[in-house]
Amino acid sequence: MDTPIDAHAIRDGVANRRFSATDVCRTTLDRIAALNPALNAFRAVAADTALARAAEIDARPDAAGRPLLGVPIALKDNLCTKGMTTTASSRILEGYTPPYDATVVTRLEAAGAIVIGKTNCDEFAMGSSTENSAFGPTRNPWATDRTPGGSSGGSAAAVAAGMVPLALGSDTGGSIRQPAALCGVVGFKPSYGRVSRYGLLAFASSLDQIDPLATSVRDAALVMHVIAGHDGCDSTSANTPVPDFERTLEESRDLAGVRIGVPRHLFREGVDAEVMAAFDAAIEVTRAQGAEIVDVVLEHSPEAIPVYYVIATAEASANLARYDGVRYGNRADATTLGDMYDRTRGGGFGREVKRRIILGTYVLSAGYYDAYYRKAQQVRTLIRRDYDRALASVDVVAMPTSPTAAFALGERTDDPVQMYLSDVFTVGANLAGLPAVSVPCGLTRARLPIGLQFTGRAMEDATVLRVADGYERATTWSKERPPHLTSETLR
Amino acid sequence: MSDTFSRGDVERVARLARLDLSTEEKDLFARQLAGILAYAEQIQRVPTEGVEPTSHAGDAAAMRDDVVIPSLPREDSLASAPDADRAAGLFKVPRVLG
Repeated sequence: MDTPIDAHAIRDGVANRRFSATDVCRTTLDRIAALNPALNAFRAVAADTALARAAEIDARPDAAGRPLLGVPIALKDNLCTKGMTTTASSRILEGYTPPYDATVVTRLEAAGAIVIGKTNCDEFAMGSSTENSAFGPTRNPWATDRTPGGSSGGSAAAVAAGMVPLALGSDTGGSIRQPAALCGVVGFKPSYGRVSRYGLLAFASSLDQIDPLATSVRDAALVMHVIAGHDGCDSTSANTPVPDFERTLEESRDLAGVRIGVPRHLFREGVDAEVMAAFDAAIEVTRAQGAEIVDVVLEHSPEAIPVYYVIATAEASANLARYDGVRYGNRADATTLGDMYDRTRGGGFGREVKRRIILGTYVLSAGYYDAYYRKAQQVRTLIRRDYDRALASVDVVAMPTSPTAAFALGERTDDPVQMYLSDVFTVGANLAGLPAVSVPCGLTRARLPIGLQFTGRAMEDATVLRVADGYERATTWSKERPPHLTSETLR
Repeated sequence: MSDTFSRGDVERVARLARLDLSTEEKDLFARQLAGILAYAEQIQRVPTEGVEPTSHAGDAAAMRDDVVIPSLPREDSLASAPDADRAAGLFKVPRVLG
């Protein structure tokens, strides 16, 4: 049967018994089985447990307190799932089964969501193309010779291809927003501290957040409603009230009175002409919706990428020290403890992870700490102040999410700096801890999606979602689907 | 500041990070990290005298009462170990002392 891909419609349909959670689950599993060989979006599919959960829900389809009743969701493979393998797409964790669920997983299941499986990503979320997975790249559903972006590329491709209505990813420097842009879906990075990181395999702890991917801002807000909030298991989790994200969207349907800042000085070079044209058109849409457009300056944004790569790799080198072959994961044969560490890590990690551990260890080592790490932390302060100053006079800052549309597989793998520049517009929100969303805003002539990013004040996640929703209501870009994956061509 | 990164630098740092690297990886990383560090050099041009460093983006880590709560059962914690003495409740590693 044909079931909807909209989370609200699935929830309502299951609650009203227009269709069953089992029907939805079977359609989802069939579509994954049909498309995954071509896309490699999923690392693992939990068909039996998902169908068992669906049967439980069908026995008592009560939506009270369960706003995601019967809605299938995919999880990036760096989120711990009790009894389900969790590898972060790394050989060093191949076959690892965590003894506990991430807090977000517990909350999703309590809200009636059905975890369908785990999605492919760059190893330990390190990358911008999903090509750093130890288990092969994910392909972009819009053009299978192109990357879906990364590192949450499997999650973004799964939603874009209609395999699942919702997915979670993680965003350390753009890892949810850039793949959302390249795959034509919505990706929302919450304020730092808004969502518990307990059970997320850590990459860079001062930057990581867990985030929803969906086909609409409204669905992303629904997931936020479920996963946001304080958690005693994460000491950086914010103990502040969570707003009713969905109600915020209902309160205002246009953008009257909203002030949008545009840092034009950042767009002088390196932004693809078609991306720039789509961005300019999107800004005109917001103006027609009543928004006031204001020029803003983010003086230190050109330094955001090098600051990010110093800080993120330094934190990663410490976080990944735990993968030593002792408590979990795989262990290499060796007769001494030192050799066991060296061979386990040398053989278990892929190239990008090793490159970043070397860089991170170097910038923290004696003689280089002040010149690189401390200096980067100081420039991080200046980047935060730039955003604070801009956001004192505007409600959100608008930028293209990615300077280009989806790039070809293999195009940037030999040039790390070129790959890192994919995140030039996204890393600022992580460094400053701000909420940011990517929403579809166009297609290139080759029919590749383009994303529009709004960044807002810390803990004003609802404002960012409301502005993105207002834009989305005025356009149809979020409804565009990959042309060769419609139900007709699949038959 | 060094704007080159030699194979010797890679070997020194790899020892600190406990990473066994192939000869090919050492040469590749020396070349690529020299490029990345040259790129990262641009942050040196930013005046930062008197600027406080930011170590993380949220508010200061939350404090909580020091209350004992249940943790993972020991057998669950040992379940994924490559080598363990489950009866004794120990992780096992290769011999450290001769």
